[in-house]
Amino acid sequence: MKLTKTLLASTALTVAAGAVAADGHMANDMTLVSWGGAYQQSQINAYTDPYTEMNPGVTVTWDESSAEAVAKLRAMNEAGNITWDVVDVVAADALRLCDEGLAMEIDPDEHLAPAPDGTSAEDDFGDLLVGDCFIPQIVYSTTFGYRTDMVPEGVEAPNDICDVFDLETYPGMRSLEKRPINNVEWALLCDGVAKEDVYDVLSTEEGQEQALAKLDTIKDSVIWWSAGADTPQLLADGEVFIGSTYNGRLFSAIEEQGQPIGMMWDAQVFDLDGWIIPEGLSDERLARAMDFIYFATDTQRLADQAKWISYGPARASSAPLVGDHADLGIAMAPHMPTDPNNSKNTFLYNYEFWADYRDDIDAKFQSWLAQ
Amino acid sequence: MSDTTESGPMLAADGTPLKQSLARALRRQKMRALLLIAPLLIFIVVTFVIPIVSMLFRSVENQIVSHTLPGTVEVLEEWSGTDGDELPPEIVYQNLYIDLFKAAEAKEHTKLGTRLNYEQTGISSLFRTTGRNLDDMGEEWQDPLEDIDEAFEEADFWYSLMSGTGGEELLEERRNQWAALIDEGMAGDIGFTLSGEIAEMLPWTARAYSDFAIYAAIVDEDVVAEEEPWEAVYAALGMDLRSAETLDAIASYSGAGADPLKAAVANIDQLPTITFKEAFADQDEDWLKLENWQAIKVYSPDYTTGYFLNAIDMEKGIEGIQKRPDNQQIYIMLFQRTLIMSLIITFSCILLGYPVAWLLANLPVRSANVLMILVLLPFWTSLLVRTSAWKVLLQQQGVINEILVWLGFVDDANRLILMNNATGTIIAMTHILLPFMILPLYSVMKTIPPSYLRAAKSLGATNWTAFWRVYFPQSVPGIGAGSILVFILAIGYYITPEIVGGTDGVFISNRIAYHISSSLNWGLAAALGTILLAVVLLLYWLYDRIVGIDNVKLGG
Repeated sequence: MKLTKTLLASTALTVAAGAVAADGHMANDMTLVSWGGAYQQSQINAYTDPYTEMNPGVTVTWDESSAEAVAKLRAMNEAGNITWDVVDVVAADALRLCDEGLAMEIDPDEHLAPAPDGTSAEDDFGDLLVGDCFIPQIVYSTTFGYRTDMVPEGVEAPNDICDVFDLETYPGMRSLEKRPINNVEWALLCDGVAKEDVYDVLSTEEGQEQALAKLDTIKDSVIWWSAGADTPQLLADGEVFIGSTYNGRLFSAIEEQGQPIGMMWDAQVFDLDGWIIPEGLSDERLARAMDFIYFATDTQRLADQAKWISYGPARASSAPLVGDHADLGIAMAPHMPTDPNNSKNTFLYNYEFWADYRDDIDAKFQSWLAQ
Repeated sequence: MSDTTESGPMLAADGTPLKQSLARALRRQKMRALLLIAPLLIFIVVTFVIPIVSMLFRSVENQIVSHTLPGTVEVLEEWSGTDGDELPPEIVYQNLYIDLFKAAEAKEHTKLGTRLNYEQTGISSLFRTTGRNLDDMGEEWQDPLEDIDEAFEEADFWYSLMSGTGGEELLEERRNQWAALIDEGMAGDIGFTLSGEIAEMLPWTARAYSDFAIYAAIVDEDVVAEEEPWEAVYAALGMDLRSAETLDAIASYSGAGADPLKAAVANIDQLPTITFKEAFADQDEDWLKLENWQAIKVYSPDYTTGYFLNAIDMEKGIEGIQKRPDNQQIYIMLFQRTLIMSLIITFSCILLGYPVAWLLANLPVRSANVLMILVLLPFWTSLLVRTSAWKVLLQQQGVINEILVWLGFVDDANRLILMNNATGTIIAMTHILLPFMILPLYSVMKTIPPSYLRAAKSLGATNWTAFWRVYFPQSVPGIGAGSILVFILAIGYYITPEIVGGTDGVFISNRIAYHISSSLNWGLAAALGTILLAVVLLLYWLYDRIVGIDNVKLGG
């Protein structure tokens, strides 16, 4: 079964390259998988609406399963029935899908559009091409939002990552994600470890203990979240003073809902979100997926998405094209995590490190949480 | 029917013995009954039993190691792994190169990396990065060989060198290994037969070339004779040229391709002298790490108890079973917590549900119906909505705390922490599971004639005695049924603890969900699930022994 799939995929690849221009035998139904909410809406507005306008015969079905995409794709693969055509996942998941042989390898120069000035797709995406299967779409960041009305009197609003660990100056609850990634980095950073040494330290047993010990100092004041919507909700309810979440969620709480929340960009962690194409699609479906990907990841389309959500486009050539928010009319550039004012001190998610250490540190983290 | 005599067995109307005829009739009846339930039976087996069993089976399955690295695993058996810090011998690294090259061609090596990374941190990237550079390692041999004789560049040369008869056994063995590796029958004509003479003279090369030929012909659908072999074949020839026997055999060899081989032997000083152990270490220092090799060795059998051991906070080491480090133990504690909290939830449900069920059973029909709707209404509401509603009620700035602060029972600065802990889980789950207690209780109470209570009282019993000695014993089957329902539902609950449980209110199912959907460690998830299932069955058996399952009633 797997053999035929590999065969199909490799032959389909050659077909697809031609089909992009020829519009020959492409499937007319396409199932896209994304995260739901405002993010998926921005994709509908920027990608699928214009695409279906260009290709009136095509129907797009959305499945809001990105959070479980890796497990579901594995199950589909074992059942030999892949029902998804293009899947939106974070880069770490894309890497794992690639490792598991569940996602197709993509050659950016062959399958993706060059920049308008002729720069090849590979150079345009640059370092953001993580792994062999991942087609980057946006840069988002995990950062902090705080209640502006709960900042103690006479104290400056928090502007340093270590303010999160400073219970004396900034009393109140915090919300952090219920997993070690990002939290342990921040903890080490605020425990005197230099930024460039963080992962070296974290790869040692002592370093992991050091990070957990630092987190221990605020453990009693932390609500642990597992869904991106939790922190904005907790902030809006006044349950926590400061909390980490994705910057786009904070943007909509601040600008769209007018909540008294401020952004703290210090030590924000950049991460990537993008598309993968599952391994094992039929020729026709693959041709359609390739055609869509070629369209949806070009310079203009990526810049368009930023009209609806404050995530930075993954192409260098898209950045200058980022305009105003489609409904609010405010300039989006200052709200991008990649804006120079916001990105004075940043981290980039270390994919290789976490691919190795995720299971190990997670076991320790969960055991520490349960104590 | 020879025994049909006067004194013989009773006969049926058609002359057969009655016993036989009856048995036949009964058998027919049984068959008919079986046929009637067959659709359901087949449905259950196909959609329920088989998937669950196959999922649980993953908790011991471990063929991935021996399928991906068959040669390595075999020679690794010779290596004890416990002699101080002695690394595996060169032959293990040579086998590793051949195995890994093959796996990387089929993109299977990273799967094994992920699998072994569950046991030994760092193997995932070790396999991934090494997998990318196996070509370069092979070119170390390919380039000088091609410099020595241009024939080595030609597909033709290799094909005629390796072709012949007598090597069928080896070729078949390699084919089976491929089939195991990529889960696929690799049957079919590959347009190549291995020479037995070469297989004996150049054993490594023969293996590497067979691997290449099978893959090229069946997966890539190429013509073997026209394809330049993989870099691994050159490296394998390099391995062969290090054996004195091979050198002797080449000296007296005169078959196809003899000249380039002899040229290679003559210029052997141009070939790299680096061992494969060193070559691997150049790619990644971690190949010299003892722990990595021990992990591969410990997890090389086809079936492993490793997942089950992990599920009870133990692990399999090179020297046997040991406890996991203290800072990684979590599952035993979670199992205990799940059981204890499920019991607490069951008891809370009994306490709260019993009076309601009693009211339902004893109120006049009109008001009982209204009450019934009140019981059922939340039952019909979405689980997520109910849990989220509890969130609104229980949080520190939530309805309950606001009211208590307003009434002055609680100080504004010290609001009660009612959720994101075990309390939250117990409150929310008790409410959610309450109907499962009330309904069986109600249906049992409905059948208890009210006249019994009146009779008891008229015979002089106090209210309490009448209830405790007469009414309560008759309602026990309802409590039993309700308890089993609530307890078994609670023990596997996932979504409510996830939302309101915080850190000390989560159950074992939350970890199972994590391993299924996030860490992809399905083996461990299956082991945890199997243990959970076993615990439930054990408790059910205990319940049957102590209370008796006959005493459980779901209805009148």
